[in-house]
Amino acid sequence: MKTQKDVQLDTRLLDFIEEWKDKKGKEIMILHKVQEVYGFVPRAVAIEVSRMIDLPLAKIYGIITFYHIFKLKKPGKFKVSVCMGTACYLKGGNDLIAELESILGIGVNAVTEDGKFSIEIVRCVGCCGLAPVILVNGKTYGNLKKGDLPNILNEYREEPKN
Amino acid sequence: MIKQHVFVWDPTPSNSSAVYNYLVKKVNERDLGESIEVYRSTYIGLTSGTPIIRILPKNIIYTKFEQEDLGEIFESIVSDEVVDRFICEYDAKLAPVSERDKQSKQFKIVLRNVGYLDPESIEEYISRGGYKALEKAIFEMDPDRVIKEIKDSGLRGRGGGGFSTGLKWELTRKEPGAEKFVICNADEGDPGAYMDRAVLEGDPHTIVEGMAIGAYAVGCKEGFIYVRAEYPLAIERLEKAISDAKKYGLLGDNILGSEFSFNLELRWGAGAFVCGEETALMASIEGKRGNPKPRPPFPSQSGLWKKPSFINNVETWANIPPIVEKGSGWFSSIGVGRSKGTKVFAVTGKVKDPGLIEVPMGTTFREIVYDLCGGILDNKKFKAVQTGGPSGGVIPEKFIDMSVDYETLMSIGSMMGSGGLIVMDQSDCMVDVNKFYLQFSVDESCGKCAPCRIGGKQLLDLISKITDGKGDKKDIQKIKNISNAMQKASLCALGQTTPNPVLSAMHYFEEEYMEHISDKKCRTGKCSNLVQYMIIPEKCIGCTACALKCPVKCISGEKKKPHIIDQKFCIKCGECFNACKFNAIVRG
Repeated sequence: MKTQKDVQLDTRLLDFIEEWKDKKGKEIMILHKVQEVYGFVPRAVAIEVSRMIDLPLAKIYGIITFYHIFKLKKPGKFKVSVCMGTACYLKGGNDLIAELESILGIGVNAVTEDGKFSIEIVRCVGCCGLAPVILVNGKTYGNLKKGDLPNILNEYREEPKN
Repeated sequence: MIKQHVFVWDPTPSNSSAVYNYLVKKVNERDLGESIEVYRSTYIGLTSGTPIIRILPKNIIYTKFEQEDLGEIFESIVSDEVVDRFICEYDAKLAPVSERDKQSKQFKIVLRNVGYLDPESIEEYISRGGYKALEKAIFEMDPDRVIKEIKDSGLRGRGGGGFSTGLKWELTRKEPGAEKFVICNADEGDPGAYMDRAVLEGDPHTIVEGMAIGAYAVGCKEGFIYVRAEYPLAIERLEKAISDAKKYGLLGDNILGSEFSFNLELRWGAGAFVCGEETALMASIEGKRGNPKPRPPFPSQSGLWKKPSFINNVETWANIPPIVEKGSGWFSSIGVGRSKGTKVFAVTGKVKDPGLIEVPMGTTFREIVYDLCGGILDNKKFKAVQTGGPSGGVIPEKFIDMSVDYETLMSIGSMMGSGGLIVMDQSDCMVDVNKFYLQFSVDESCGKCAPCRIGGKQLLDLISKITDGKGDKKDIQKIKNISNAMQKASLCALGQTTPNPVLSAMHYFEEEYMEHISDKKCRTGKCSNLVQYMIIPEKCIGCTACALKCPVKCISGEKKKPHIIDQKFCIKCGECFNACKFNAIVRG
């Protein structure tokens, strides 16, 4: 087994843990902060957090794997989230996923080789009036058709592929 | 000159809006902060793919403008003029506040302030009568009186179950013990429902006030709002609302100088649908995995950290201040039968005018779909409406004139749910929609109890078998048996209600189900394994439109001569069907 190196936690995280240490129900809030700072939950950080708040690592992983929001893998630089709420599903969310997969050459929950894009499915983002919807790093694109996707992705590509 | 209030609504749910930023920059540049105030609004009563600007007090609404038109719009605000070409026609959904408008059929209690005030300003909330109900409760009513008032009003939980709110409060109040908790369920996870988000982002103080009243009535010193992490703006605004309320002495120790003290905190959800279930939600607030617990003991006896606790959802809380202020008699005069007050619906799917509406209980689906939401998209035929999301059921056309209230919906095999109404037209396949909901429920099952974990997966496999064209008549009975077991034996409402959409669709759309099973046909073409596209040679003029569109290049033929689809390679995407202008391609 690989040994884990000690890591120096980000000060934003340290301050947050200090503030929340004695509050009730802190575990999920601290993990949110970890993800905000690092973009996902790195194992080394989880180990350090476990030590700091005196919670077994297994419990922390129990929480991370239970909730959809926490990621164990680093996402792409641009996270493409496809909404699969009911309205988006009815209006062709599936087609958007298939098209993204074929454009980027990766499946859902995977990252492109250059680390630039990742695709994920999200639950209703709460703008059903615009269905179908995708988000790229939080920016919303609504009323989409398959043909709109290449242009959207190109906005984020510094140099076009091929 | 009267101060102009400019509300900017942007379809982008994130915190950045180019329109908002532009207007704020302009106001600052010209130093007009005294006469023009710009706000980010989250709900204006309209839904659109482009930003909307609303200017009060004149109530001018602009839509369909481009970024370069903003300069002109800004100048018109400064000079108090109107730019006619961007004006939006008065819309049925923009009913006046809190007043029943016969024409619009809306009645706003929950959404009374949303879109009419700056959600980040406690002063504005107070100036519109906010926190008056809290003051009235503390100084003019004792806790029992508040509970009686809520009980008499007939208010029932708006999260789906429809349990009497007053009764829930009373049960928790009666429990012994000094430490009790009040909780707001703001983990709106039902796909297709976003009414809570509108309230949280558009009128956060109403939740704070409602919860403070609840805490006073039941005797709690501490409360939590469990809010979805996917709603960053809601979190930001709730945090501001709580800290402002503290500054004004409306939260914290000795509220308004009385003996009553109450503290409110936020806890974030993390994307688990099951956490909308109350015992799972409490586990999640405690920082654990959101697994539900068997009942009894009920949360009113042993809830959060094993203390008596009670939960209401956002919409329920938003009803509390108006009831306390105006009295139970006023509230119970609205609505029908045992369903009092109003309900907010998020109408989505195949309607012309999707959006949020608030109507008195007892309004019919026809009024909602045709009068308030403009009817079916592209003038297609209405097929069904799904209420209650993945826990509810479908309502076929024959019930379109039925009153929308708790009892009626239950009697036809659906439920009120949180208020998502998904309208389906003739091009939606019921079996396919069922598959979608089952996938959702299977994915969201926490896995703790076997009926839900295994039953859901088995149901999904059976439905997938049917949509793949391998269905057998015996499958219907199997589905019924598994559903029965799940409804009776699952630990929480998630598992108990997972079979609902399937059962109701099998009941009302039996013919369509049997078509999939016996004839291996899907009339809508949604179940791609049951579809075959063919070209009728007599009608095909050889325009090549279909061959050009085909993503797998399996359509061949010479120009101006009939084409052929190679069935071996066809992926049944339907592109050719949509591309053909001569109706030469048939789906069978």
